[in-house]
Amino acid sequence: MAIDAATVRKVAKLARLREPEERLASLAQELNGIMSWIEQLSEVDTDGVEPMTSVVAVKLPLREDVVTEGGDASRVLSNAPKAIDGFFVVPKVVE
Amino acid sequence: MVVEMTQTSKLIEGRTGSWEIVLGLEIHAQVASHAKLFSGAAVGFGAGPNEQVSLVDAAMPGMLPVINRHCVEQAVRAGLGLNAKINLWSRFDRKNYFYPDLPQGYQISQFKDPIVGEGEVEVERDDGTTFIVGVERLHLEQDAGKSIHDLDPNWTYVDLNRAGTALMEIVSKPDMRSSDEAASYVKKIRTILRYLGACDGDMEKGNLRADVNVSVRRPGAELGTRCEIKNVNSYRYIQQAIEYEARRQIEIIEDGGAIHQETRLFDPGKLETRSMRSKEEAHDYRYFPDPDLLPLELDPAWVKAIQDSLPELPDPKRKRFQSQYGLSHYDAGVLVADQARAAFFEIAAEGRDAKLVANWTVNNLLGRLAENGGDIETSPIPPQDIAGLVKLIEDGVISSKIAKEVFDHMWAGEGTPAQVVEKFGLVQITDTGAIEAAIDKIMAANPDKVEAAKDKPQAIGWFVGQVMRDTGGKANPAAVNEILKTKLGL
Amino acid sequence: MSALTKLTLKAAIDGLKSKAFSAVEITKAHIDAIEAARGLNAFVLETPDQALTMAKASDERLARGEGGDLEGAPLGIKDLFCTQGVRSTAASKILGNFIPTYESTVTSKLWGQGAVMLGKLNLDEFAMGSSNETSAFGPVINPWRRAGETTALTPGGSSGGSAAATAADLCLAATATDTGGSIRQPAAFTGTVGIKPTYGRCSRWGIVAFASSLDQAGPIAKTVEDAAIMLRAMSGHDAKDSTSLPVDVPDFASFVGRSVKGLRIGVPKEYRVDGMPPEIEKLWADGIAWLKDAGCDIVEVSLPHTKYALPAYYIVAPAEASSNLARYDGMRYGLRAGGPSLTDVYEQSRAQGFGEEVKRRILIGTYVLSAGYYDAYYLKAQKVRRRIADDFDQAWQTCDALLTPTAPSAAFGLGERSDDPIAMYLNDIFTVTTNLAGLPGLSLPAGLDAQGLPLGLQLIGRALDEGTLFSLAGALEKAAGFTAKADKWW
Repeated sequence: MAIDAATVRKVAKLARLREPEERLASLAQELNGIMSWIEQLSEVDTDGVEPMTSVVAVKLPLREDVVTEGGDASRVLSNAPKAIDGFFVVPKVVE
Repeated sequence: MVVEMTQTSKLIEGRTGSWEIVLGLEIHAQVASHAKLFSGAAVGFGAGPNEQVSLVDAAMPGMLPVINRHCVEQAVRAGLGLNAKINLWSRFDRKNYFYPDLPQGYQISQFKDPIVGEGEVEVERDDGTTFIVGVERLHLEQDAGKSIHDLDPNWTYVDLNRAGTALMEIVSKPDMRSSDEAASYVKKIRTILRYLGACDGDMEKGNLRADVNVSVRRPGAELGTRCEIKNVNSYRYIQQAIEYEARRQIEIIEDGGAIHQETRLFDPGKLETRSMRSKEEAHDYRYFPDPDLLPLELDPAWVKAIQDSLPELPDPKRKRFQSQYGLSHYDAGVLVADQARAAFFEIAAEGRDAKLVANWTVNNLLGRLAENGGDIETSPIPPQDIAGLVKLIEDGVISSKIAKEVFDHMWAGEGTPAQVVEKFGLVQITDTGAIEAAIDKIMAANPDKVEAAKDKPQAIGWFVGQVMRDTGGKANPAAVNEILKTKLGL
Repeated sequence: MSALTKLTLKAAIDGLKSKAFSAVEITKAHIDAIEAARGLNAFVLETPDQALTMAKASDERLARGEGGDLEGAPLGIKDLFCTQGVRSTAASKILGNFIPTYESTVTSKLWGQGAVMLGKLNLDEFAMGSSNETSAFGPVINPWRRAGETTALTPGGSSGGSAAATAADLCLAATATDTGGSIRQPAAFTGTVGIKPTYGRCSRWGIVAFASSLDQAGPIAKTVEDAAIMLRAMSGHDAKDSTSLPVDVPDFASFVGRSVKGLRIGVPKEYRVDGMPPEIEKLWADGIAWLKDAGCDIVEVSLPHTKYALPAYYIVAPAEASSNLARYDGMRYGLRAGGPSLTDVYEQSRAQGFGEEVKRRILIGTYVLSAGYYDAYYLKAQKVRRRIADDFDQAWQTCDALLTPTAPSAAFGLGERSDDPIAMYLNDIFTVTTNLAGLPGLSLPAGLDAQGLPLGLQLIGRALDEGTLFSLAGALEKAAGFTAKADKWW
């Protein structure tokens, strides 16, 4: 499963990272190097092994249905690149 | 339980023969809660922009989700209400995509292991027949914020108040065959959720909306390719969108084309669906378990306690109304469609002729309320007064005809039935002397009719009508009949 | 007053309590030291005014005989911790001039105990790196140099600023974070003590996330006892972090100096890797001998899946990171570049805002989660992770703690390994296993290599058994008698 320039282009697009065309080939090579090193995992027998998504052996805590935050738009907008009348303002979304 | 199943799927006639529509729905129901699914910000409608946004909702660096117990409980209630399997072990996944109203860059949802598994719902068609819709699953997820495109020609305004609000997504099996069936199904789900208090079902506010999967096929053939119409938020739009979309697909296939699986939007202005091209670019949501959360494990005892606390749901309630009160299938259906209606009815029916109460509630009160755009919650007449009205009829104090007049005064807020009858002198004449006098007068003026009645006993009806007219409708019809029979020698 | 910066945290706290000097005095001494050490590039933001304000408040509390466990102690804060009103960057351009409106749980606990903030410490961008060279602010320079050389060496990473500042006496101790070795490897490279506690000991709330299932905060300090004092102040259950452990925080410092007699120390044979410098072999042997002398039983253990830890890590960490870093999109905070189209703003902001290593990991993470690869990579890695955790569980059958080297080499020159990502990743070969298994790991300086650079030993313990690690580290610290400091050249 070699990663080619087209794959890098697609992945970069998914990740919203602009990568110049001329970088794609070298990135593909770099990623191939890392992925082929990772390939050694296939040596491990994992039949019947439960995947480990968390190391925490407690139950998911549940919080009460109480309002504890909000009510202050300025607090969430204070770092906004552009905000008007309490809204975040972002480049036009073309539907 | 006998389920009445009919196979009256509505086929659509195309140029080349008939087609069957196959419909599956994903209903997004907002959980009725004070705070959001993973943050302590308020859930509500009408607050100023970004006033109901926590640091978590705005996806500030380092912010973490903590789940709302109440939302979990409502999902379990809904699952139980849909006769579905409650999964004691479920998990939250991240659905990754970029959009300005999705602050985290991912939606926390349940992909592989939803909290609720398969279930089924019995749905009534308008003609009273029923059909079963399978529920594939129900899962909890976060809602996105709101993008406003029309405030500025060059910029989009984003309000995150809705971001992070808890939604239950209820995915049906492709078990519906007409737009009517789809609408009936949504109505049924809405009724159940409202009974449970899990969702207020307010479609105008977008608190309950549906994605509709539409495909067409020759009757009995394999399933066709489906298109998904996103975010339709009224029964009428659901029906219109399906009608248009089915026609569109049939035309394409009949013209030799093929349907491409895609996401479409319904335009209520133009009554058509159109492709959402921007969403078409190869979506790859890269689902994986959210590492900020642990698996959700439910205590079976808790689930049992929730089960025990469920209210009587519409289907059993309807059956009870039919057996306990002797109501018709139709009247019972109208009354249980809404919990408040059913409760109103039961208060009014206490100790009274229940069929009469149902009749007055369904035909007069709900009819009048509907004409005024209201429902039982906005009724100016309390259930005790419907009971009072029915009692006056039962006791023969007023006739059914007068009762309509009394009802009008009650509607206008002019008092209880007793007060109205008193105030407007609407008490029924039961004094036989007065009735006899009125009858004598009419018989004397119409000897030909008296003669005719001797041969044609049914002509008695004419005399009853005349007596009622002369007494302003106040004469007791039973007494009138009785005396007439004697006097006419019938 | 430079003598005040030479104090250990413990000595400083005692001195402040006994009013041998004031908080303002010791804070000023550190501010002066920081100013004089700008060549190390350890701080990305100095906050002298805030430090003095906090110190004054501490002096007032001390004068009243009040004060917390860290009253008046000047600390450095890794710039991955969000600090209210103080620019927080994760050493990335993408956060721009981000000023949090909130304080991370760990730092607010420190301030609650009276600590004084000197400023924000440099790190690898988003904590992704092992040499501090990926920082948008440029690398931190290790205060240590090879004997007779002026080559600039790395302090390690990602907590390079925390390690260098502590080693150079610019702060009494520092906060740090560890996802694959980011506390322990820099501690080893700078002759300091660092501990990554059990996953869930320290709240992650308010710490910029790198890989949620692996990230853990911990301290870097001058001595084992100092690290214990710091960890106690940083730890504790936090309801805002669903993965925070609801357990009591022991007085970790009370474990330092306790007898370790009878403890069984495992020596994992898989940690003897090819090409390990003989000095590290020797140091490890010394460590084993010291613990034996202290009464420990030495047992050889096997952790057969050790070699797969790094490849598994380089799937799990980038996958989680690719999702965690989606929120840096130029919409709500941080850098916004490009335009006018939305896609252009997304792609340009992220392309310009993230550095090469971060982008590389986002690409890997996106790739391994993308359609068709999830099972082969992410799921596989999580299963291997389970195997690695099982290895440890197996080891705990025969031993109470493990002793290993911290890193496979001493500090290397800046630029020496930056061209080969895998060579760089191998720095974490001994540390990454504990992150995958969620176990505590402590690094302490135990000797110098032939070029006079510090080398570290690592102790790995059972979940929540940091106490045993502190006891063992105390014994090793005493036996090693490591007192070397970097010669001041800056």
